[in-house]
Amino acid sequence: MKPSGTILSVKNVTKRFGGLVAVSNMSFDVAQHEMVGVIGPNGSGKTTMINMISGAHKPSDGRIALRGRLISDQQPQNIARAGIGRTFQLVRLLPDLTVLENVMAGAVYGHRRRWGRDAEDFAHDVLERVGMDAMSDAPISSLTYIDQKRVELARTLAGEPEVLLLDEWLAGLNPTELETGIELIHALRDEGRTVVLVEHVMDAIRSLCDRCVVMSSGAKIAEGTPEEVLSDKEVVRAYLGDDDA
Amino acid sequence: MKRANWQELIWVVIIVALAAFWPMMVNGYWLGIGVDMMMYIALATSWVLFSGPTHYISLASAAFFGVGGFIVGTGMSDYDASFWSMLALSALVGGVLAALIGLATLRLSGVYFVIFTLGLAEMIRNLVSWVQNNFLGSRGLYVLTDFTDTHLYWMLLATAAAVYVLGWIISRSRLGFALRIIGGDETVARHVGINTAMAKVILFTTTGIFGAIVGAIIAPRWSYIEPNQVFSPQLSFFVVIMALLGGSGRLWGPVVGVIPFLLIWNWVDANFPHQSILVLGLAFLVIVYFLPHGFVGRIEQLRAHLRSRS
Ligand SMILES: Nc1ncnc2c1ncn2[C@@H]1O[C@H](COP(=O)(O)OP(=O)(O)O)[C@@H](O)[C@H]1O
Ligand SMILES: [Mg+2]
Repeated sequence: MKPSGTILSVKNVTKRFGGLVAVSNMSFDVAQHEMVGVIGPNGSGKTTMINMISGAHKPSDGRIALRGRLISDQQPQNIARAGIGRTFQLVRLLPDLTVLENVMAGAVYGHRRRWGRDAEDFAHDVLERVGMDAMSDAPISSLTYIDQKRVELARTLAGEPEVLLLDEWLAGLNPTELETGIELIHALRDEGRTVVLVEHVMDAIRSLCDRCVVMSSGAKIAEGTPEEVLSDKEVVRAYLGDDDA
Repeated sequence: MKRANWQELIWVVIIVALAAFWPMMVNGYWLGIGVDMMMYIALATSWVLFSGPTHYISLASAAFFGVGGFIVGTGMSDYDASFWSMLALSALVGGVLAALIGLATLRLSGVYFVIFTLGLAEMIRNLVSWVQNNFLGSRGLYVLTDFTDTHLYWMLLATAAAVYVLGWIISRSRLGFALRIIGGDETVARHVGINTAMAKVILFTTTGIFGAIVGAIIAPRWSYIEPNQVFSPQLSFFVVIMALLGGSGRLWGPVVGVIPFLLIWNWVDANFPHQSILVLGLAFLVIVYFLPHGFVGRIEQLRAHLRSRS
């Protein structure tokens, strides 16, 4: 599907933690059906940017809008209901709930407010899509790392978000798992989902992203197609200056 | 807290029906113990409604309980009000007080919430005492009714049953599921669209309402009420210990915690009157070292064990 009309817009957003400026005057737009990569060295403010979109943190300055409606003054639960779903850099599952219940949690309070049988059936469908339905009664403690990541993704998808935020979803996977993971995100792309993804895996960025926003020390230093930004001098310098590149 | 099933509700009906005959079967001493048990079952079950799924330990029980007792005392003693109208007023004031405490403590977590609720309950106790001493003249209040212990027992049984049924309904609702998610990870709860503040305040409010109702019902038993007695912090600790001893993971946990605790407490109190506080400490140790999930945890473990063998 081809990207069309802006759905998410970030304008002049800044976040300060005390004296530290974690994100500085960031602006970018995300079009419907577009997959936008947010890349940059560790500590450059990517997670903080995601946290501000999802409402976990309030911007110190600037505005974030979904379909033209201001969301940056809203609580996370309202932003979730408005149609933004996310995963966390460090997976967050509910350990006392089963796999199925974890995914239902995403379906019950979203804008569709599914409940009872409907919520269960839908959770099964979503688990099937991420390849985890066979584990639906399993306790969380029995899952491998990639399975935990898949369940968290399923929970987010169960909320039927219009915009999906993935914070280093591929990080920490072994080579085989990585392949499965990239396939899964490709499938999301083929469904025409709107996704903002923070990523370090260069192959994934090249094959998945329509466009990339590059951050360094909290600020945007480049924006364009993956080829453009990855050959940009300043981007190369930002990455080479960082041990993690 | 797990979602409760229909079977559980049928058991409740049977047990409540049987428990209703207790006053006809025993003498005054055991009836008195029955009243105590019903009182603590109602209090601990309503405590579990909120603290079970959220893991927020509240030490404010005495505040709600005291409000109920004090309103019935003041109303009947000084304003000639009827018991029933004061009971209704208690429920209202207990609910409003709990909602206010809930709103004030939403941002606190863990140990801060515990300390805040304890401090607040103590503050209310001192405030009421002070007002009583300086403005209302007398220090005590007389509550004279025709209620016998049997009547109080039945009223408390009805209250405990109502708390249970309410908890059963909540555990099967969106709200109950939301509380389990909040108990697991509040950040996740907010990001899946749950209004966590609202859910917590609603549940804490029901705890406050029932605490005040129980305080109001028990007031006639004492005839003479003074603030230090109805707002006693010991009650808050009792409620927490009995609930944890039984296990806060299930709605019926408090029932299996209250009964053995009170039996042991009464026995120690009768035989070694100066050592009773020791029981409190021992109960704490037993919970921490042997029963982290209360009797409920042990019972479920045993059940799972038996199922896997058969
Ligand atoms: N809650 C917070 N409080 C204080 N500082 C924070 C907080 N979150 C992030 N930071 C700081 O903001 C900067 C950017 O962090 P982060 O957004 O996690 O970077 P990235 O995701 O790009 O690795 C870091 O210096 C980090 O220490
Ligand atoms: Mg990060």
